[in-house]
This record gives sequence, C-alpha cells and structure tokens, in this order.
Amino acid sequence: MKICILVKHVPGSEAQFSLSEDGSWVQEMGLPFEMNESDNYAIEEALQIREKMGEGEVVVVSLGPDRCQKVIREALAKGADRAIHIKEDTPYNTDPYSIATALANTIKDEGFDLVLSGLQSDDLGFGQAGVILGEILGMTTATLVVGTEIQDGKIKVKRELESGWFQWQTMELPASLAIQSGLNQPRYPSLKGIMGAKKKEIKEASFRDVCDVDGLQAFNGLSVQRAEKQTEMIEGTVDQVVTKLVDVFKNEIRIN
Amino acid sequence: MDILVVLEDKNGNIHRMSQEAITGAQQIGSEFSLSIGILAMGVNANALAEQAAQFDVEDVLTLENEHVSNYTADGYGAAVAQVVTNENPTYVFFGHSYQVRDYVPRVSAKLKRPFLNDVVSYSAEGGKPVFSKQVLNAKLVAELQPSNGGPILISFQSAAFSSDNIQNGSANVRSVSVDLDSSAIKTIPEDPFQEEAGGVDLSSAELIVSVGRGIGKEENIPLAQELAKAIGAEIASSRPVVDSGWLPSHHQVGSSGQTVAPKLYLALGISGAIQHVVGMKGSKNIVVINKDPDAPLFELADYGIVGDVLEIIPKLTEALQA
Repeated sequence: MKICILVKHVPGSEAQFSLSEDGSWVQEMGLPFEMNESDNYAIEEALQIREKMGEGEVVVVSLGPDRCQKVIREALAKGADRAIHIKEDTPYNTDPYSIATALANTIKDEGFDLVLSGLQSDDLGFGQAGVILGEILGMTTATLVVGTEIQDGKIKVKRELESGWFQWQTMELPASLAIQSGLNQPRYPSLKGIMGAKKKEIKEASFRDVCDVDGLQAFNGLSVQRAEKQTEMIEGTVDQVVTKLVDVFKNEIRIN
Repeated sequence: MDILVVLEDKNGNIHRMSQEAITGAQQIGSEFSLSIGILAMGVNANALAEQAAQFDVEDVLTLENEHVSNYTADGYGAAVAQVVTNENPTYVFFGHSYQVRDYVPRVSAKLKRPFLNDVVSYSAEGGKPVFSKQVLNAKLVAELQPSNGGPILISFQSAAFSSDNIQNGSANVRSVSVDLDSSAIKTIPEDPFQEEAGGVDLSSAELIVSVGRGIGKEENIPLAQELAKAIGAEIASSRPVVDSGWLPSHHQVGSSGQTVAPKLYLALGISGAIQHVVGMKGSKNIVVINKDPDAPLFELADYGIVGDVLEIIPKLTEALQA
C-alpha cells in the first residue's frame, strides 16, 4: 500500500491578521504558523493503515513557501518515509483547481493507492484540492471520512453525514480521501523519530513547473469581517465584568 | 435559463439549504434579471420536483437514472456535469451541504469551471453579482473572482439566505436525461445510520453554556458544568472539544452536531469557526468570552468580554449562585 498525505502549513487559530500593503493577502511576519488541524488526523490515519497492513510507504507532500519545511519535518518525524515539497513564493495561488493540478502532476507517476488530505485548510477553507486531485487522476473520492478499512483491493470508508448520521461506502482503489478531524488520536513525534527525520529525503519541485493550467478563480482583495451585530463590550476588572454580566443575565436577557 | 439550482434530497423533501439556495436565486434573479431553473434528481426526483414547482421559478427539471438513484460522488459528479453542459446556465447554485462538498469539486474539475464555495454574501458590481467567502479562520472575507465565461458553480453557506423569504408561484416541469455508464460508478454506498442516538436535545434548550478549545484542558470542563448548573443551562461544545474527548459528541453544536436557538448562548473560549457558527447563529442572545479580541465569534455577539474564561467562570458561578 502506497499512501500520499497532503499537508499544509497555515496560521493557527490564535493568529491575528493585518492585511498586506496591496490588500491581496495578510502580513505573514510574526504569525503563528502550524500544521493544518485536520491534516494531523490524515497523517495519523495513513500511519495506522501502514501499520495494520504491515507494509507500505507513506509519502508527505506539501505546497507552499520554505516555511512549509516545518510541517514536512513534523510528518517525517511522526513516521512518514519521505517527502516532496512543491515550492511556491508569493503571491500565493488561491485557486483550488490550480493547486490540485500542481499536486496531481507532481504525484501522478508515483502510483499511490491512497491520497489522504485534511478535510479543508484553515486558511483558504475551500476543501476542494483533494477531491479535484482525485478527479484529475481518475481516483474514487470521499470527504468527511471518519473511518477506514482496507479490504482486498478496495477501501471501505465511514463518512459523516449531517446531524449525527453516518454512512459506510466501499470504494475502488486508488482513492483520494479527505479526512475529518477527530477520527483517531494523532501521535506525537518521538525523539528517535525527530532525529531520524533529518536523514529522510525531501524532494523539491517548483509550483510554476508543475502547474500547467489557467486558474479558475482568484481572490479579488481581502477585507476584515464586518460585524453582523452591534456588540456591547463589557470591560473592567474580573469582578466588574462578573457584576455586569450577572446584571445582563438577570435584567436584560432575563434568565430568571 | 440563467441560474440552475441543484436540489438535495432530504428523505423525500427539499433540503433546507437547497431552499435557501432557491431563495438566493430568486433574490439575485430579480436584482439582475436572471431566469431560474431547478434540478431535481435521485430516487425522489418526482416528489422534489412537485415541491419545487410551487416556487416562483421558470423551469423544474427532473432527472431519473439508475446511476443516480442513490447518492455517490461518482454518479452525481458525472450527472450534474452533463446537465450543466446541456443546459448551459450562467450560474449553478447549491446549498453548501456535506453532500455538495463531497461531489461538486468533481463537477468543477470535469467542466474546468470555478466552484466558488461556502459563499456568505454577494454585492453588485458592474451589473453583475460578486460573491464573497470567509477565509483565515473566518477572520477575513475574500471577494472571489471567477475566470471569464460560464457556467460558475456556487454554494451558499447555511443561512446566507432565509428560506422564509422564498417566493411561491408555478413552474414548468420537464424531464432531462444523462448518459452514464455503470463502469463510471466505482463506489457502493450502504444505508445511512445514526450513532449515539439519545443524549441531550439541545435544540429545545432555553439556556446553553458552550465550551470551546479556550477552556484549555479536560480538567477545566467541570468549571463550565457548574456554571451551567447554577443557571439551569445545558452544556454544549464546539467540535475541537469533542475531538479531544473532553465531552461526548452529542454535546456538539454546529454543522456536524446540533442546531440550537436558545434565549442565551454563552460561549466560553469558542473562536467561532464557520462550522460552529452555522449551528448557533439563530440564538437570541449571544454572550462571548474569549481572550482573543479578534475571535470571529465576537462579530455575532450581543455582549462580548475579552478575558480569561478560567478567571471569569468560577467568579460568575459564585455570583449567580448567590
């Protein structure tokens, strides 16, 4: 079983943004970048499948600038065998079709049985790249995957539907699966893993060389989220805040 | 037609988010003089078409084909791509449901046409609608520029339009067909099932205390539970809290959990990811406590406090018990 995992380096949930001068992206300096949350679960699922099968190779692929090496190293330290880094410099491409095409061109000759990605990136949030990549390479696709079982030449996956419903489906291989967070417990890298990762191969490619299509969409400027409501901010010491909140609960919202 | 709305089947009824997409099509259609068609497909296509024909649109299309009786990304991706090619609308609208996320990127790749997904709003520029989505943990909004030409695939986030505003009328119903080969279907679905039925029905709760990742660790959950007990509220959470195993999944509010509309929604350390917001934005009073002043949930708050939930919760509980 040959498995590809797609990982992305994104600003963490605590990040506070200011727009870049031309308004096309944010100022990256000082932002706390980390592994995209659902990608952690995709990595763990890939490693567990390899362990259950008792054989196989796990290759981590990431697209982005030099800083992405951090998440590539993290995946290698957890147990991925080797990596491919598709380098991209600013301005970044924000078109899911171009991104998926670059990924597909990079891995098309590898003969992967499975491509696992996180459900969606916390920065752009399209959730399209893994599915489009599957379509381009003629793979079966599934999103919101919360369980996997490898069966003789096929894979059975559990998908999350809405409002607490689920569904199993059996898919032909090769398959591209977008993994929902929470389906496993991602491991931490061991010290041995971190040391070993330094010797593992990271092949480099350039985004320009592997993306041979015109984009289907682009960002036409970013702006700060506008308020949907008039918010009354309660300020002061903890005691003042608590006193005011109790007053709001009892006299404004009337919680009884 | 100019706008084609693709319906999603919810046990023989039109999915709530498809109704919102129809409402959006009607609003955008009347503002920019665009005609509307609706596509009903799958095992319940006729029942859905009958309901759709009650709305104020031009055409309702029904598609029956053995390969789209039950949903697969293979079948729906191929079928919708063919219908869109044949009808050639300028826009194709969807609700941004789980099913749409699963197969519409494949339609986009087949047609090499853009899929602007999870759209929250539109504005008029140069006589055309321009669509926007939230990015970077919902802290910023990006205006999306599709490539020239049509069709453009667009999915709308839950509640981008209110289906209360849907206009009734009448429509012509006609059937359409597609050419699908059984070899194209490489996925075999089983019956859907519900896990962990029971638990708490948060949808009818009057008061909800909801915890997010900002609570820090599992050992701090009882602080929130005591606060909830002090005011007789139900305890709820965002997804990361459930993923970490700090609370069972039936406490989860959001797209993969429950949808709530209490009198008070007290959000403790919840940043406000879209997936959470869609489950609670209908709450009558939203109070947000978070140490990150840029947490997007503040945008929805009636009352906001920038502060440490671990300092505030115990004192608030004490004051409410007094």
